[in-house]
Amino acid sequence: MLAQQIVNGLTIGMIYALIALGYTMVYGILKIVNFAHGDIFMMGSFFGLILIRNVGLPFVVAFALAAVLTALLGILIERLAYRRLRFSDRIVPLISAMGVSIFLANLAQKLWGSEVHTFPKVMEIKTYTIAGMTFSTVQLLIFGLSIIAMLGLHFFVNKTKIGTAMRATSISITNATLMGINTNMIIMITFAIGSALAAAAGILVSIYYDAVYPTMGYTAGLKAFTAAVLGGIGSIPGAVLGGLILGVAENLGIAYIAAKYQDIIAFCILILVLIIRPRGILGKKEINKV
Amino acid sequence: MKRIKIWAIPAAILLLMLPFVVQMFDNADFLLRIAVMIGIYIILTLSLNIIVGYAGQFALGHAAFYGIGAYTAALLMVNYDVSFWLALPAAAIVTGFFGFLLGTPVMRLKGDYLGIVTLGFGEIVRLIFVNWIDLTNGPMGIPGIPAPSLGSYTLGSNMDFYYLVLVVTVISVLIIRRIVQSGFGLNLLTVREDEIAAESIGIRPMKYKLLAFTIGALFAGVAGALFAVTAMFVSPDSFQYVESVNILAMVVLGGTASIPGSILGATILTVAPEALRFISDYRLILLGLIIVLMMVYKPSGFWGESKRKRNFFGMTGR
Repeated sequence: MLAQQIVNGLTIGMIYALIALGYTMVYGILKIVNFAHGDIFMMGSFFGLILIRNVGLPFVVAFALAAVLTALLGILIERLAYRRLRFSDRIVPLISAMGVSIFLANLAQKLWGSEVHTFPKVMEIKTYTIAGMTFSTVQLLIFGLSIIAMLGLHFFVNKTKIGTAMRATSISITNATLMGINTNMIIMITFAIGSALAAAAGILVSIYYDAVYPTMGYTAGLKAFTAAVLGGIGSIPGAVLGGLILGVAENLGIAYIAAKYQDIIAFCILILVLIIRPRGILGKKEINKV
Repeated sequence: MKRIKIWAIPAAILLLMLPFVVQMFDNADFLLRIAVMIGIYIILTLSLNIIVGYAGQFALGHAAFYGIGAYTAALLMVNYDVSFWLALPAAAIVTGFFGFLLGTPVMRLKGDYLGIVTLGFGEIVRLIFVNWIDLTNGPMGIPGIPAPSLGSYTLGSNMDFYYLVLVVTVISVLIIRRIVQSGFGLNLLTVREDEIAAESIGIRPMKYKLLAFTIGALFAGVAGALFAVTAMFVSPDSFQYVESVNILAMVVLGGTASIPGSILGATILTVAPEALRFISDYRLILLGLIIVLMMVYKPSGFWGESKRKRNFFGMTGR
């Protein structure tokens, strides 16, 4: 029972982790909370849904195409809503991000209706029992794809030239620009990767819960943000760790406390972390210089 | 004694006569209802402006305080037959207390973190409204909130509500104006501009931020109580995250740290959706777009700080 709850928790934790990566990468570079990230995740799910259900593409193609489309959406948002605000007061891009969030959520509602769409069946759902724990094929798909995406990201950020430029940009945009790095390009790439990961998470969670709806981005986004903060915002391994911890904590809460307080658990964790240890588990300590 | 501004007299007459002017239209009740909502939103916007504009603290859960005020007033009036005139200050005090309670730990946080925590708080409060069915009647809400009475006269019509809200709003605006134009308000601006500098001249940032947060919450409670009694019904739906964003948009659109700005912002954003009824489906899409455009092209709002005669940077403006 306990082990099963942990497995279920890790599954949803993987999803949180994928979304949290987008938050943490953008925060690492621009030091802004991309409030619209949850809605980018929602748009990713809808792109996947439309491409499979209405266009009739096979799952793998639709998945990749949805990720690309969402990445483009992320780039577009950065270009239109954030770029000019890069050096303004911190509250300004945050409010702009909320504007984007309202815009996307209501656009989706207008385009596809406010009802809950079911996701077309993309694979045979079988369950395997290993050592008393049940895994469904959907869960295995989530684990597999998430781990591939995370390892890929890890390799990209730490081993490639663009990844190095990305890390340099996150230390200081000005200095990175002086070193000849095209920081605008790096920021675009960051948004593209974060959005693509969110789309992946969106499609996977839509298959898992069999539901796509315009307001799904709000709670998921807030929880993924919690995960990013819990792990230490700006830290990529932190986002994954935070996502997994949050997923497990939430599932144990549902099983042993009460299902209707599921969302409250996440928000209480968020508030406690921010009060007790605002830099999170793996975050760097911020030094306040006068 | 300060001289009364010349424009204040016609403005006052206009506000007092408005219900009679409105009677000439077919949809008088609807128009009065909008006027009532403008008053409530003016209080909400000003109360949030104390926190966001004057103290510079980014709070995103204002709907929670609004909701706490509304539920406190509703529960007192429905379950305990408390008169509105007691329920109103009670709602303000209870909400202020919640503001103090939340503010004590979270005012240490800065910027985005504070925004997220208050957002989380807003969501927790809403979930409690939905789930604590014994107390709040859950998603069904609390219907049948009695109308307030003045002596033997019951304030039951929309016109009565208009005058009630008008009086409370004007008093609130005057009080908030006194608060932000006092030494306390100047201290808040100092904290906003530079906490370390403020500390070095003997202003304790925590104390002022916390006070600002508490006062902001308190007035949101007043607005909540007014909403409960004029709508005669409260439910969790009225206090969602969108509401917090809406209030924040009013603050920002009007201009942070500006009283006329807040009044303007609240009025525009309450009237615009009604005036834009014919494109009602696109209303929120448009709202999102307007917020983004405003931030990109005019982050100081319609009537921002620099338009004030006396501001932080000099006594008579730049």
